[in-house]
Amino acid sequence: MSTPQQTLPQGIDAASLDEVERAAQQRIRRRHALVIGLRIVVLVVVLGGWELAARLKWIDPFFFSMPSAIFDQIVDWLVNGTSQGPLLTQVWVTLEETALGFIIGSIGGVFCGIVLGRNKLLSDVFSLYIKIANSIPRVVLGSVFVIALGLGMASKVALAVVMVFFVVFANAFQGVREADRYMIANAQILGASRRQVTTSVVIPSALSWILASLHVSFGFALVGAVVGEFLGSKQGIGLLISTAQGAFNASGVFAAMIVLAVVALIADYLLTAVEHRLLKWRPTSTN
Amino acid sequence: MSSPHSQGTPAIELRNVSCRFISPDGKATLALRDFSMAVARGEFVAIVGPTGCGKSTTLSMITGLLKPTTGEVRVMGAPVDGIDPRIGFVFQADAVFPWRSVLDNVAAGPLFRGRSKSAAYDEANEWLRRVGLANFGKHYPHQLSGGMRKRVALAQTFINKPEILLMDEPFSALDMQTRTLMQDELLQLWGGTGSVVFVTHDLEEAIALADRVFVLTARPATLKKVYEIDLPRPRITSEIRYAPHFVELSREIWHDLREEVQIG
Repeated sequence: MSTPQQTLPQGIDAASLDEVERAAQQRIRRRHALVIGLRIVVLVVVLGGWELAARLKWIDPFFFSMPSAIFDQIVDWLVNGTSQGPLLTQVWVTLEETALGFIIGSIGGVFCGIVLGRNKLLSDVFSLYIKIANSIPRVVLGSVFVIALGLGMASKVALAVVMVFFVVFANAFQGVREADRYMIANAQILGASRRQVTTSVVIPSALSWILASLHVSFGFALVGAVVGEFLGSKQGIGLLISTAQGAFNASGVFAAMIVLAVVALIADYLLTAVEHRLLKWRPTSTN
Repeated sequence: MSSPHSQGTPAIELRNVSCRFISPDGKATLALRDFSMAVARGEFVAIVGPTGCGKSTTLSMITGLLKPTTGEVRVMGAPVDGIDPRIGFVFQADAVFPWRSVLDNVAAGPLFRGRSKSAAYDEANEWLRRVGLANFGKHYPHQLSGGMRKRVALAQTFINKPEILLMDEPFSALDMQTRTLMQDELLQLWGGTGSVVFVTHDLEEAIALADRVFVLTARPATLKKVYEIDLPRPRITSEIRYAPHFVELSREIWHDLREEVQIG
């Protein structure tokens, strides 16, 4: 058996390590560029293929539209406004409903989740109903809300709240239940009161669950607001979609979808930033 | 080795304690049967026994997190009623709070107990220095090694100046070398002040640290035998394990313990 020192080649020293490192970093950069390049290729192929297929009448552009028509539609909305008024007003109305629903729903969900998670009897009693409520397609409630609360903002906010509440609630509840019992015992022995255990152990440990649910639930809030508008309203992107649908304007539907996607992406970016800020104690994930 | 231990009421006393668990599906198991022990003030006691025999149960009852089914548990002469502030506990699992920095973790005890912020952090800094983590106050636990996290846990416990220190296999997750270092560190921090009950499955650890070793039987656990460890203090745990008397004791206790492990 030879010792490791003997099997090492002569040239291993700091300088050659540097060289290897530089080469490795270059490889990593090149791969990164390749991935981005391929992503662009995929985008161009898909959009170009769609455009081409529509122009060559392989698919009917009346039903399936095409990228250039969708783009024209967005520009038209931006420049001339929609049939219900300026595009930004529509975006703003939907955003307002979404944000209100999201905030009310998540605060309510977090609060109820923590209260129920900390109380064994309440949680045993209610967990069944939560499960049932979670499995019902809650979008249907939108019809009830439009009937009960009218065409204004209230019905959309209510639908968004319902969409958000159960997701956040289920996660907050689960997060509280998963709080490490050794950590709780540790805090108790260190001198924490029941309230201090909740604020300094249970809530922080549930926070990663809660924040993960906020990502999903903002999307749900948006769905709630748009579906609410779709079912009956005077303003908003949902109405834009339903108007476009009524006019057999496929480009309009796609254009509204893209506007929604932009809103959702921006919100997701903001939520991710908040999450990083609040969970900076966690080890950075390896991916 | 006996003079300071025998005077006055014992720090911890378990009298004919039995403990029965009822599992969530309604099944009863007997963890501890007619168990008695007394720990004098300033005494270091180790409890060894087969895995799952109920060693940790005794600690839970001393803290008041668990009530005995029959019998009586007394701490400092008074029956246990809730969590006694004079008790400190070091867990086997990582129980430091991952969302708090090292300094905030160590300061947790005094802050929970209503000390002012400045006093708590002054003290926390002092304890960080004592466990050799003065430069790691701003780190989060996940950035530290297992041994360093244990030091945080020790500082977090010692900052409350516990008169009774309970330890539930605190070093069992550490590698051999780190464990030996931590044992020495523990003996140094303890320094003969306060009583310690140290639960472990590592017989050598028990002998190296303790004044007396309690050997428990297989479940339902009861006291099998008590061994006086008359090795001189101060001890260096990495060296004492080669002393002839240590080896002798170790062989003798292992003989007892082996029977129980085979039953369990």
